[in-house]
Amino acid sequence: MRAAYTPIEHRVRGLSDKAIAWLFIAPTMILLLAINLFPLIWTIQLSFTNYRANRPNAPLRNVGLDHYQTILSDPEIWQRMQATAHFVFWTILLQTVIGFALAYLIDRKFRGHGFWTTLILIPMMLSPAVVGNFWTFLYQPQIGLFNYVVSFFTGLAPSSFQMLGDVTLSPWAIIIVDTWMWTPYVMLICLAGLRSIPDYIYEAAEVDRASNWRQFISITLPMCLPFIMLAVLFRGIENFKMFDMVNLLTSGGPGSTTELASITLKRAAFEAWRTGYSSALAIILFVAVFGLANIYVKALNKVKAR
Amino acid sequence: MNTIRTCLLAATMVGSAALGATTAQAQGKTLTLCWAAWDPANALVELSKDFTAKTNIGMKFEFVPWPNFADRMLNELNSKGKLCDLIIGDSQWIGGSAENKHYVKLNDFFAKEGIKIDDFMPATVTGYAEWPKNSPNYWALPAMGDALGWTYRKDWFSRPALQAEFKAKYNRDLAAPKTQSELKEIAEFFQGRDIDGKKVYGAAIFTERGSEGITMGVANALYPFGFKYQDPKKPYAMNGFVNSDDAVKGLEFYKALYKCCTPPGYSNAYMQEGLDAFKSGQAALQMNWFAFFPGLYKDPNVGGDRIGFFVNPPEKGKGSQLGGQGLSVVSYSANQAEALSYIKWFASLDVQKKWWELGGYTCHKGVLNDANFPKSAPFAADFLVAMGEVVDFWAEPSYAQLMQAEQARIHDYVVADKGTAKQALDLLIQDWTKVFKEDGKF
Repeated sequence: MRAAYTPIEHRVRGLSDKAIAWLFIAPTMILLLAINLFPLIWTIQLSFTNYRANRPNAPLRNVGLDHYQTILSDPEIWQRMQATAHFVFWTILLQTVIGFALAYLIDRKFRGHGFWTTLILIPMMLSPAVVGNFWTFLYQPQIGLFNYVVSFFTGLAPSSFQMLGDVTLSPWAIIIVDTWMWTPYVMLICLAGLRSIPDYIYEAAEVDRASNWRQFISITLPMCLPFIMLAVLFRGIENFKMFDMVNLLTSGGPGSTTELASITLKRAAFEAWRTGYSSALAIILFVAVFGLANIYVKALNKVKAR
Repeated sequence: MNTIRTCLLAATMVGSAALGATTAQAQGKTLTLCWAAWDPANALVELSKDFTAKTNIGMKFEFVPWPNFADRMLNELNSKGKLCDLIIGDSQWIGGSAENKHYVKLNDFFAKEGIKIDDFMPATVTGYAEWPKNSPNYWALPAMGDALGWTYRKDWFSRPALQAEFKAKYNRDLAAPKTQSELKEIAEFFQGRDIDGKKVYGAAIFTERGSEGITMGVANALYPFGFKYQDPKKPYAMNGFVNSDDAVKGLEFYKALYKCCTPPGYSNAYMQEGLDAFKSGQAALQMNWFAFFPGLYKDPNVGGDRIGFFVNPPEKGKGSQLGGQGLSVVSYSANQAEALSYIKWFASLDVQKKWWELGGYTCHKGVLNDANFPKSAPFAADFLVAMGEVVDFWAEPSYAQLMQAEQARIHDYVVADKGTAKQALDLLIQDWTKVFKEDGKF
């Protein structure tokens, strides 16, 4: 008679499969709870208080929804949100269009293909701090290369305009830098999408005598769309949180023209030390990003299912 | 084989040397002093070697660039960090650092060690050491006196052709300005001028947005025009003082100076950008802290006979923005006794004399009241005058919020052309009132 099968872990340690599974995922779960969930819950709790991290001895008071009410009814916060929306919209649009176009070009086989691909990828490998600093020099009206290039094409004197100190130009200055830096990232994702399209589909289209434009509209673009949408999602989330590069380029100026929501948040949290208030602002921003990202992911799944 | 032996021998020697060094360091304690990374900090490193030689207490230094100094250090203090045993903190931090007990109160220590606070210049005691202001509660030893002054290109000013042209235009000599209006005229005179084949500009002033730059800069225009932070008879009553007609004129003046006479792209400039503009021969006038003047005087391109210094000129009245810092013991330090011994050593007259010689700005009357002091450096006499008329920003525990509000309102008006000067100052009062209300000051 054969003995009933007993899993080896039962025989050796007396642990069930489920227990072993929990044992393996427990460290990750604990880590996630400690560094993600616990701070989130704590932040939510702080957002209902008058707590200030620089005054630990001050009496702690529950202020209910006061901070949320103040933030949502503050016209200056809405101006920061508008500045953020302007930045996110234009960077995503430009990066997607240019990134896809570059991917489409790079996908073709041509001489020096590898060299050009590497060259295009360089900006995204740099640190935002480095990028912020050297674009500050590029935008310098007296010695900056950017002003001289514009001058060459338009005939304007290089020092007659300043990209970082002008209310109209500064929002575009930060958009240009972010587009320069992150378009290669979008290009890479789009390139992965283009290379995932099987050749036989194009061959079938050619048999049907479909034009190149028809092939692009009916095959390339729809099959690449999930990848493009994924790139938009990643860049959207990242740019909503944009801080370092813009802080280095303009510090939110001139005035508060380029003060994005994350810069306001940092100033409230770590310069003014309004911990309760900034926690509420952080939660509002988190809910906004999380909500929008969820809606977007649902749309993405629908596109993928098609 | 020989190679292996040589390597082993070398490794043994390096190991022994490292062990020896560790043992030597362990014999005496080491203090960490935190400050901003700038010229005077290098002088302090040099000066502190005497302290180590005398006490066998080692000194380490944590210097942070100015734009990040407040963020970094206040973060350290608020998190009760033990990085710094001693800190040379900005004058505006004194309220928060005293009330939140980041600094050790020094009254008993001063009394025990016979350190007389009266030995130090009154403006520096009020600015760097006292909290509440004008009360005998001391949280720091005045360490580095400073005020916002001006430098000018003496060599350009002395050119006969320029002098004649200036005289013909303004009917006075081309010399260091005696009023704010004269300062602007000089800046306008130089703006866009060709000197030695190079285009130069009028004035390098502070316009920085991120930390405290434009607030410090505009103060040098606001104070002489008559701006006051509050009603002297009714604390925190700001209406009619912050937004008085004189204050509005002062703010309009600063904007006009920015628009007419700064180098291109000068919309986010603080002390370093000012130094760069002046040292590279771009600016005829430069607003900057006295702390940089020794370094500028030594500069091979613009120093020596080529540079002149002057105190912030008056208009309706006098006034210069206070800079400078006090030396405090951090209450979270495990080496408080040693840190206090550093303060005792630093307060002595001999050390203060050497501090001035090395490029630090002493606040000790024993040095400042010496008959030879005004002649000891080309900017020494101006420093004494400036320190006699300094005004400081709020030093309340909420100073950072008050500062943020002024940075935004002034930058909005001066650089971003938003609204009028009156509107900017009215909005500033609204912001400050909100902060003071939260603090329970009303």
